[in-house]
Amino acid sequence: MVGIVIVSHSEKLAAGVVEIARMMAPDAPLAAAGGLEDGELGTSYARISAAVEEVYSEDGVAVLMDMGSAVMTTEIVVEDMEDKKVMMLDCPLVEGAVLAAVESTGGITLEELAVKIKEAYNVRKFPE
Amino acid sequence: MLDTAKAAGIIRAIAARMEAEKDFLTQLDNEIGDGDHGINLERGFKAVLEKLPEWENSDIGAMLKGVGMQLVSHVGGASGPLYGTAFMKAGNVLKGKNEASAADFAAAMEAAIGGIKMRGKSEMGEKTMLDALCPAYKALAEAVDGGAELKEALEKAVAAAKEGVEYTKTIIATKGRASYLGERSLGHQDPGATSSLYMLEEMVKCL
Repeated sequence: MVGIVIVSHSEKLAAGVVEIARMMAPDAPLAAAGGLEDGELGTSYARISAAVEEVYSEDGVAVLMDMGSAVMTTEIVVEDMEDKKVMMLDCPLVEGAVLAAVESTGGITLEELAVKIKEAYNVRKFPE
Repeated sequence: MLDTAKAAGIIRAIAARMEAEKDFLTQLDNEIGDGDHGINLERGFKAVLEKLPEWENSDIGAMLKGVGMQLVSHVGGASGPLYGTAFMKAGNVLKGKNEASAADFAAAMEAAIGGIKMRGKSEMGEKTMLDALCPAYKALAEAVDGGAELKEALEKAVAAAKEGVEYTKTIIATKGRASYLGERSLGHQDPGATSSLYMLEEMVKCL
């Protein structure tokens, strides 16, 4: 199964997004990388690296992020793991995490997920 | 001419300046951003200082690379990957060098700015550190091309960076958290441009 890492400035937000995704897909390999190592707001290279390692398998890992330094710090982590199959996916964080978790347990490949995740942009709260 | 000992002195001076300006930078960031710039840089450079003695016997390139990695690992906000990438790119240019000429310094600064543009997917005019650094580099490179010594060239760079910081007051942020404020970001000077100016000022003082 494709591993999923949720990166956020907030430890609580990352943990919360993982919690919501687990409701739909209890078996999906999900890991949260939120906040700094002391729990303060920010993004931590060490926490992101550890989260990727935690859910890593040969199926690869998809990383979903909130904004700003979460994206840039993840970029550096991914560059430093060039021998590993890790992709950063651009999507609304909550909708994307639920979609990714469900698809992961359904056996999607990382490459397929990178395309499928775009559907998360079309999840409307109200009909247009 | 810059040698490893002077480079270490500059890093220490920058760390001290970030500590001294922590509240002011955070206040600037409170006005238009997420209010963590000063706190983050102070934390990042504190982590740099802890490791600095390990790099003092290596070359300038290795030292700058180490600085960059510590910033990436410990800053926590956008300035971590941005300044971190900048120092690492500069370190690559000065790899293996125990002495850097004015031309070497200019090449390192050019690579550092390239790194910031790449990492931030940003250009000048978006109310970021680039608005201080790009004109500073231009002034420095012109001075170096004209045969100036490093200190003199950096003095020109500082003057240009100061103007760059003033310029950020007149433009709307289109990158980073400040972009959420749109026109309300007008009139405020950019915290990143300001911290970049402080780094350049410390370089001049130490040469």
